Amino acid sequence: MTLAQRGRWTTIGALFLLAGIYVRALRYTPVEVHQGLAQKIFYLHVPAAWSAMLSMGFVGLASILFLMLKDARYDRFAAASAEVGTVFCCVMLTTGPLWARPVWGTWWTWDARLTLTLMLFFLFIGYQVLRGAVTDPSLRPRYAAVVGICGLILLPFIHLSVYLFRTLHPMPIVLKPSAPSLPAPMLVTLLLSFGVFTLLYVGFVMQRYALGEGATDA
Amino acid sequence: MRELLWHAWLIARKDLRLEFRSRTALASAFVFTALVLVVFEHGRDPTAVPTIDLAPSILWVTFSFAAMLGLNRAFQAELENQALDGLLLAPISRTSLFWGKFGANLVFVALVQIVGVLLFILFFNVPVWRVWLPFLLVCALATVGFIAVGTLFSAMVVKTRFAELMLPVLLLPFLLPPLTAAVAVTVKLFAARPLSESAGWLRLLAGYDLAFVSLTTLLFPATVTE
Repeated sequence: MTLAQRGRWTTIGALFLLAGIYVRALRYTPVEVHQGLAQKIFYLHVPAAWSAMLSMGFVGLASILFLMLKDARYDRFAAASAEVGTVFCCVMLTTGPLWARPVWGTWWTWDARLTLTLMLFFLFIGYQVLRGAVTDPSLRPRYAAVVGICGLILLPFIHLSVYLFRTLHPMPIVLKPSAPSLPAPMLVTLLLSFGVFTLLYVGFVMQRYALGEGATDA
Repeated sequence: MRELLWHAWLIARKDLRLEFRSRTALASAFVFTALVLVVFEHGRDPTAVPTIDLAPSILWVTFSFAAMLGLNRAFQAELENQALDGLLLAPISRTSLFWGKFGANLVFVALVQIVGVLLFILFFNVPVWRVWLPFLLVCALATVGFIAVGTLFSAMVVKTRFAELMLPVLLLPFLLPPLTAAVAVTVKLFAARPLSESAGWLRLLAGYDLAFVSLTTLLFPATVTE
């Protein structure tokens, strides 16, 4: 079985599991008292954000490895991860306002995490626009790697700079020093969704990487 | 190390000498700065928002746009007659080349900032001179890291299609942390608050500078080939 086929089957499997997440979230997970049904979007929004961050992490890591080892496979992986990351960013930036409107009363606010994810989206776009704009194919992987590494280092600074402002976003409820404050059924649904989104990321990247293998650099 | 700095100085001096001979980019940046300040003044309702509230944002957005103009020009001149190849073949390290370009860009932006502040005082009547020393510190801290990233990216975008558009697309996300911090500190300074109130922001700016000056120095050799 080729990599593309394996990627396709992984994606199909992940999509079936995603349907299972929808069922579990809507049918078997309790409705949150204050936010009502709007809170259900949380099971897509947060894992999409996770996958987008994971993508950027791997873009940065693969970029470092490419510059160190000059192996074209790392560049192809970084390119695939960036494209998939852009898709997850779109999911996150679409589901966020849909949730924010009924809960916060506004589609958008310049809150810490919103700004961070918007900048992440722009970084992904910039990375891909640059790949398309470099006229010399031998320079493309190196330039892309430079932007990938800088992007990875930038994210903590954006987070810090916007975090110094007051935030509207809910405080961390899972990854925090004390025990998660999310009720057990909700936590299980969320963790399952994290797993499914990670699997989706893997499936998409495998397919995109396989496409990159077939394509010429020109 | 001394040799490295000496070569960097030679590169910076060459760039600045070229600039002062033609004065095209510098004059354009001065005029651009003045025009942006005028546009901002006319693009707001003075009865709705007091000048002092809007002034820091106006100042820093103007600085950022003017810096972008200067950065675009850093490696553009080296494309003519394959001058960049000449520099790469010269017996100097890539680090010297980067620091030279970075230094020349810093001088360019500092000159634009000086003219910008003078015009800003004239147009907006903000008493910057009362806080000139801490303001100078903020200007330096907010400019160094951003210009380092800009210099690195300008070395790449000159070899792309739509170079003038590519630089802002790549660079503006990197402007967000220094711009946010610089505006926050400037607001406090103009409100006659002590600099110690902005310690967190200043630490952020210093960290950003340290991280990106080191990173761009390390990454620059990957962007140039003979």
